[in-house]
Amino acid sequence: MTTLLEVSGVSVSFDGFRAINNLSFRIGEAEMRAIIGPNGAGKTTFMDIVTGKTKPDTGHILWGEKSLSLRGLSEADIAGVGIGRKFQKPSVFEDQTVQENLVLALRKARGPFAVLFYRPTAADLDRVEALAAEIGLSDALLRKSGELSHGQKQWLEIGMLLAQEPRLLLVDEPAAGMTPAEREHTTALLVEAARTRAVVVVEHDMEFVRRLDCRVTVLHEGSVLAEGSLDHVTANKNVIDVYLGR
Amino acid sequence: MPHGFLMRHPSTIIFVLLLALFTVAVTVLSEGLGIGVISTSLVKTLGKTLCLALAAIAMDLVWGYAGILSLGHFAFFGLGGYMIGMWLMYERTRDIVVEALADAPIPPTPEEISDAIGNQIFGVVGSSDFPLVWAFADSLFVQLLLVVLVPGLLALAFGWLAFRSRVAGVYLSILTQAMTLALALYLFQNDSGLRGNNGLSGLQNLPGLDHVPQSLVSLWFLWGSALALGMGYLLAAWVVSGKFGSVLRGIRDNEARVRFLGYSVETYKLTIFTVTACMAGIAGALYYPQAGIINPAEIAPIASIYLAVWVAIGGRGRIYGAVIGAAFVSLVSSWFTGGQAPDIPLGFYTVKWVDWWLVVLGLSFVLVTLFAPKGIGGLFDLLSHRFSPDRHGADLGPDQGSLREKEATE
Amino acid sequence: MLRFILAGIALLFSCTLTLAQDRAMQDILQEQAALIMESSRTSIAPAIAAIADSGLPQAQVVLQTWQAKKMWRRVADGVFFRVEKAEDGNYTLIDLDSGEQAGSAKKSDIDQIKPNSGIRALLGSALVQFQLQDPDPRRRWAALTSIQRNPAADLLAPLRASIPMEDDPELKAMKQRAERLLTIAYDPDESSRIAAIDQMSRDIGVDVRATLNPLLETRLAVFAGEPPSDVNIASRLEPGEQITAIAAYDILVAADMGPPRIAPDAIRSALAEHIQGGFVGGVPVHQLDSQPARSRAYAALAAEGLVPPEPTPDAMAETLARHSFLRLFAEPSPAVTDAALKAMRSIDLRVGLNRTLDLFLDGMSLASIYFLAAIGLAITFGVMGVINMAHGEFIMMGAYTGYVVQQVVPDHTLSILLSIPLAFAVTFAAGVALERLVIRWLYNRPLETLLATFGVSIALQQLAKNVFGTQARPLTAPGWLDGAWVLNDVVSISYIRIAIFVLAGVFLAIYLYIMRRTRLGLETRAVTQNPAMAASMGINPNRVNMLTFGLGSGIAGVAGVAIGLFAKVTSELGSEYIVQSFMTVVVGGVGNIWGTLAGAGMIGFLQKGIEWFNPSNTLAAQTFMIIFIIIFIQFRPRGIVALRGRAAGD
Repeated sequence: MTTLLEVSGVSVSFDGFRAINNLSFRIGEAEMRAIIGPNGAGKTTFMDIVTGKTKPDTGHILWGEKSLSLRGLSEADIAGVGIGRKFQKPSVFEDQTVQENLVLALRKARGPFAVLFYRPTAADLDRVEALAAEIGLSDALLRKSGELSHGQKQWLEIGMLLAQEPRLLLVDEPAAGMTPAEREHTTALLVEAARTRAVVVVEHDMEFVRRLDCRVTVLHEGSVLAEGSLDHVTANKNVIDVYLGR
Repeated sequence: MPHGFLMRHPSTIIFVLLLALFTVAVTVLSEGLGIGVISTSLVKTLGKTLCLALAAIAMDLVWGYAGILSLGHFAFFGLGGYMIGMWLMYERTRDIVVEALADAPIPPTPEEISDAIGNQIFGVVGSSDFPLVWAFADSLFVQLLLVVLVPGLLALAFGWLAFRSRVAGVYLSILTQAMTLALALYLFQNDSGLRGNNGLSGLQNLPGLDHVPQSLVSLWFLWGSALALGMGYLLAAWVVSGKFGSVLRGIRDNEARVRFLGYSVETYKLTIFTVTACMAGIAGALYYPQAGIINPAEIAPIASIYLAVWVAIGGRGRIYGAVIGAAFVSLVSSWFTGGQAPDIPLGFYTVKWVDWWLVVLGLSFVLVTLFAPKGIGGLFDLLSHRFSPDRHGADLGPDQGSLREKEATE
Repeated sequence: MLRFILAGIALLFSCTLTLAQDRAMQDILQEQAALIMESSRTSIAPAIAAIADSGLPQAQVVLQTWQAKKMWRRVADGVFFRVEKAEDGNYTLIDLDSGEQAGSAKKSDIDQIKPNSGIRALLGSALVQFQLQDPDPRRRWAALTSIQRNPAADLLAPLRASIPMEDDPELKAMKQRAERLLTIAYDPDESSRIAAIDQMSRDIGVDVRATLNPLLETRLAVFAGEPPSDVNIASRLEPGEQITAIAAYDILVAADMGPPRIAPDAIRSALAEHIQGGFVGGVPVHQLDSQPARSRAYAALAAEGLVPPEPTPDAMAETLARHSFLRLFAEPSPAVTDAALKAMRSIDLRVGLNRTLDLFLDGMSLASIYFLAAIGLAITFGVMGVINMAHGEFIMMGAYTGYVVQQVVPDHTLSILLSIPLAFAVTFAAGVALERLVIRWLYNRPLETLLATFGVSIALQQLAKNVFGTQARPLTAPGWLDGAWVLNDVVSISYIRIAIFVLAGVFLAIYLYIMRRTRLGLETRAVTQNPAMAASMGINPNRVNMLTFGLGSGIAGVAGVAIGLFAKVTSELGSEYIVQSFMTVVVGGVGNIWGTLAGAGMIGFLQKGIEWFNPSNTLAAQTFMIIFIIIFIQFRPRGIVALRGRAAGD
């Protein structure tokens, strides 16, 4: 299995507080990975670093076969090489229709001039329809996304990520605030996505992680505490200490 | 597919038709070509209002759509006016000077003419030399180019600096306000090369066209302004109707999402900021020949804030809202401050509108912001039953996301 | 030892006095009668010297009498008298020695001695000697001041003579200093002048510079060939380098050493005078619209002898080459000018250092004004995150409150003390009203807050205009704040600026106290950081927001009183500070009072620093300062004192 993303020796601190401490992490193509950890373990900061939102103080972030360094690239450039990110809170353009949201996300030229003269082709609209069907929003294509339910917005955002056709998906707590049925659907979406690309899910909910059935990385105080199958890491003494308190 | 575009946006057709109707009506009623019901000064006021509406469209694109509350667009407007004003003033002074020197026994040399023009123009600030910025004042073509280039390049330079360092929200507003203040203060100096606080004057006289009466010139400018407004409206409507507009509104509502979708938010902001600055410059270049005079007080920060006020009252995020706001507020303002509004005697005190209009405007602006955030344009929603999505109480006003973002980064 | 010598001198002096006592003033006058009656400025000096040096106590009175044109001479015997006009039309004669009446006379019996202005000036300098030794220190001080104001060569000797007898140490120091300066300017002895120059080369007083500057004055001079050896050359000027060829040639012409250039205007009018049948000098008139054509026509006219010839460029260059252009010192002695140059360099260095100090004080006082204007914003904008564009109008309201109080309470000290709490109360109430009525509906919508408060701002401004009119209203500082603290001739700072500096310090202390030590400060910080959490802890966010906003506004009002003391109180007072205030907070770093302080310091010093480069142009200084700030924000977008934290709540 080739490595898609390799993070090594990354540290970052805010006003003296070390949020990420010498963290190393790698993920291959078409792999599902769950990241768990207590509050303040650095899960969100880790995502911020990979997506370019936070600049690390030290360390390397290498991407793809050519080992492109992501350090110093802008968020937009990083999204351009094929990393999609889903925020914890549903983050869609509420004033625009589901269709417009998905068209925005389609993998097309992102420059202002290309966008200015862009008009959706029939193929683009078909692709949007297909995505909408996948996330269960076929009927809502022309509705404003602000009118959707919480779960639907989460799916729409996942749909937008899929429309981007990224090679790596970073998903932050996708199941928070969902009904059991909605979780089921979300799980299915992510598992399906992970067949063709790498997916990293940050999650608190152990049940959800168990359903994803994948390798798990445990973060604690900004570095990796344990890694392996869910049963393996839950049996790890350090992990038990961290979760239950010493 | 312009046909499809117009069909999908009926408001654009309605607007263009109304604008054409208005122009024809004013022409028919004017002194210059029609039955003389509308005075020349009113024609000029209407023409100026059209220019203000064009500037308001620019403001709406940058604020109502992209969420950048620029307090500098009236400075770009003024710069456009200065650029065309330089040519008008230079050429007209040259005509006068050449005529005056024609009677001399010895024909004047080019240097003598240039010195005499310099004396005429800059005598008022105690100078007679042409500053560098007037290098192209004798060329209409170059000055017309500068009408677009100077505001555009200033916006490009300023925007590049500001957006690159992720200055957004109110910080950007304050920074643009500072830019405007700096520009106004600079122009207020006598040695700025643009006649200090005297500004440029006599701009209503077209060089070489002294025989044409103002009643006709005012109509020409009205037509020009109407054409510019119509084209500006079409351009703006076309830009925001497509994916570009979608990206802009995305930046307004959720900048981070746009960024993580792979769009370079900074490039888009810079593009719209610069393009609208050029639009404002063109509007200014049409406005000031009708006003006749331009001075640095015109581009004080308060003027740019008024521009925002017009857009807000008209209803931002919709192009016709900006036009309605600019036209309505500026016409009502000039009615009240022009002394036409009747005084209200209260017995113990007489309310003179010249004194109290600004108080009313200020307070009504507070009321609009509080109770009618959609402005006058919101009334059209009631007609067309266009309702915005229920956001479950989570207010996602323009730029809220970016402010939070700003506070959170680094 | 010194005392013995001084005692000896005093003894000698009293001896001469006693010796001279034998002779009467009248005798001296009679000896000099011929010169006195001749009354010519060129020959009178010995007569004045004889009286002044007589050592007689009445000498001063006699000189004054003479100067006042009250000295007459009796025709019959030639005796001099002081004469007063009596009531009966006759003239009363007064003896010059005894000061007693000596009968009266008719006008025809006596001749008035009328010294001309030149002589009166000489008498004046002679009198200085007496004034400098006057027993009354105030008179001595007055005489000294007059010397400092109008120095002259003949004052040097009496001044020097008066120093040893001076017993007032302060006056003595003043006299010695004046003596040094007069020595520099007028002493005929070169070496003593140089010594005096060296002595004063550490003094930055304006008078020292005023004394040295005339020594270094230069004039342009031109010589055919090399200059003579006896001139004191400041510098050589090569035409085309240190001086333009045209300017050099004009100097030549002014010195009558070459034919004048013909001004373009003169050429044109000469041409116009010689138009003959549409031609001038063979050139058609319509072709005369270029300089070469005009020169050609003019040359033709000159060849006919109708006009003076215009020197050709070659001829001008040749003439210039034959001459040397110099800048000459008016002072002939090179040794003196060298010493003066050296002293000036040393003084300039010291003055420069002191100017820097003065600039620092200026910058500090401007910084404290900005800090005062911005500290209210540091609370409402910095801590609460509310953009209040009406902040400037709160400053204005404070200033007008001060003005109104002064209308009621005429005592300035009392009225200022009263206006501070009153201004706080008024703007606190206005702030609370604004928060309750407008801002609380717009939390989390900063851009709309900006526009709504802007509406309030224009309404308040116009309201103030309607109530108080457009002209500036005075807010007068108490008398004890007039004047300035003067360190030396270069460095000074007015008391009012010191007071504002102190006030800024007090405000900083109050801010720190409220934010760090009081319940309100704690609750404010809690509500700003997490309103929901704060509410669940039993804090009422509405109340806290209201009070905090009121506090920020109230401080703006007090700042208004302070700013009104030195600025004009108009309805636009606030809007002049609003952009700078926001800049101060943004540049400093939002949410941190030390940042605001640093921001105010940076902006204040920067503006003064830029003004220093171009003191006549404060507008340009503000322009460049704002540009600098815009660029500064590129490098520190979060301000000078930046808080760094993890992204919260995406």
